[in-house]
Amino acid sequence: MSDVIFSNQLTEKEKYEHFLKRIKEGEKIEADDWMPDEYRFTLIKLISMHGISEIMGALPEKEWVPKAPSLKRKLGIMAKVQDEMGHGQLLLRVAEDLMKPLGKTREDILEDLFSGRLKFHNVFHMEAPTWGDAGLIGWLVDGAAIISQTNMLNASYGPYARALKRICAEEVFHAQHGEAIIMALAEGTKEQREMVQEAVNRWWEALLMFFGPADASTTGTSKQDITIKYRIRTKTNEELRQDFFSKYIPRVLSLGLTLPDETLHFDKEQALWVYKQPDWNRFKEIIKNNGPKSKDRLELRKMAYIENQWVREALNMAK
Amino acid sequence: MKMVDGKPMEQAYQSALLSLLYQLADDDFILAYRGSEWLGLAPHIEEDVAFSSISQDTMGHAAMFYQLLSDLGEGDVDHLAHARSAKERKNAILLEMVNGPGHYLSKPRYDWAFAVVRNYFYVQAKKVRMESLKNSSYEPLANAALKVNMELYYHLLHWKTWFVQLMQAGDEARKKMEDAIKRVSADFDGVVSLGPLSKDIATFKLIESEDILKEKWKLFMQPVFDSVNLEMPDQFGIQSGDGRKGEHSKDLDDALIILSEVYQVDPAASW
Repeated sequence: MSDVIFSNQLTEKEKYEHFLKRIKEGEKIEADDWMPDEYRFTLIKLISMHGISEIMGALPEKEWVPKAPSLKRKLGIMAKVQDEMGHGQLLLRVAEDLMKPLGKTREDILEDLFSGRLKFHNVFHMEAPTWGDAGLIGWLVDGAAIISQTNMLNASYGPYARALKRICAEEVFHAQHGEAIIMALAEGTKEQREMVQEAVNRWWEALLMFFGPADASTTGTSKQDITIKYRIRTKTNEELRQDFFSKYIPRVLSLGLTLPDETLHFDKEQALWVYKQPDWNRFKEIIKNNGPKSKDRLELRKMAYIENQWVREALNMAK
Repeated sequence: MKMVDGKPMEQAYQSALLSLLYQLADDDFILAYRGSEWLGLAPHIEEDVAFSSISQDTMGHAAMFYQLLSDLGEGDVDHLAHARSAKERKNAILLEMVNGPGHYLSKPRYDWAFAVVRNYFYVQAKKVRMESLKNSSYEPLANAALKVNMELYYHLLHWKTWFVQLMQAGDEARKKMEDAIKRVSADFDGVVSLGPLSKDIATFKLIESEDILKEKWKLFMQPVFDSVNLEMPDQFGIQSGDGRKGEHSKDLDDALIILSEVYQVDPAASW
């Protein structure tokens, strides 16, 4: 409150400097605090994309919820996908608060998703044709998510940092759920081992893309500099990708699986993993909703939205 | 009759008990499956979270009942859930019906009014059963009912809230809800039924009789119908067939293919 009154007496430039000082000192910014437009817009974009990706991310796994091969796995994957929807809800609430001064609501987020203005994460545009993919999504996609989200646990924006704490705690269970599925397959029959190897081959490029391009020269734009400047994140895309390699490459190989990149190795001198770059042009196409399953999943989401229009109208009437 | 001094149960008691357990397990299993098809398609995100939590509980209840069957020598729980043919299944036909036209991955035109009414009517019937089962002569079932019952409080509140809200929301919603009530009522006797061995089931005090359970259901539902100004259906039907006898629709055949697709790749494998 004192901060609000104080801010009112300052020029825009002074407010900005005060803001930068606050985040530099590790203070958390709250929804009602003064913040520069660039910060607000960056957060809205980041958090609504994160939130909507959690929701779209339920769709590739949705396919496997009814098909999970045992009661235990059915219960596990139901719980997991429910958590993802819960994360989406939590994040959209955070985004909604940021959008309030702009007069925008959740309806706008969904409209933006359907029109293609709001992107969802590249991994959720991919196909998940076997049960092996269901396990792999839990293990490596959620594993990658833990790495990129842990990077923002100390984000300067308090509501996002708090949401991420809860999300990361649950993602750890998801990664264990995925790992358990993969272990059972890797230790199983020949057919099961093939199922998991094919899933690894299928997902490797998408996992490399997961963290985004190393810099703007690859795809034309990159928000990582802005998010680092405002202390929303600390590490660069490439640093996160390297962390992912260090954590997961040994684990993948220890299961007797291979990775589809013959150049992949750890360079001791540079202390870096050397790897074949994914096709970043393909990445650009995927996030423009031209990925293998982009249209189908958007269509599914949109159809449910339209079919249930009468329910939302009825609820508004009851209010 | 309970297991006394390790003596085996009487054959008639055993048959009645198995018949009841299959109904309980298969009912929850297929409805939880239908619930899981709704994932990502509910009217709003909050509902997606809540509904999937309920479906998950319901699948958990099915797993408990299959475990009781397994403990009685009926085989592995995953075999019971995934490998039995349609005609071996004892769930009510109402619970296997599709959520609406389309497929859960392609062009699903799912009917939320039907989901609300089917779930509300069913959960109230299940609640009445669990209350009664707390005094079941088969102790493991009484213990399971105690656990299931705790979660039902929330399920019932959830569906009742939807039911009342949509019933009071006016024109289009009211019409869709009344249509759904007609559809659900036409087959609700199949849910209330305790199957061909219903007399034995009651005589052995596994659960109260069908008639008593049905009256209790009506007692709970009457004030809710009154509150939304609708006459409670006087009679229910069993129009699509009697699932308790193993009669089922194509909807169940299609569902079994999907839900056992991976299991059937190698039923002997560890998944």
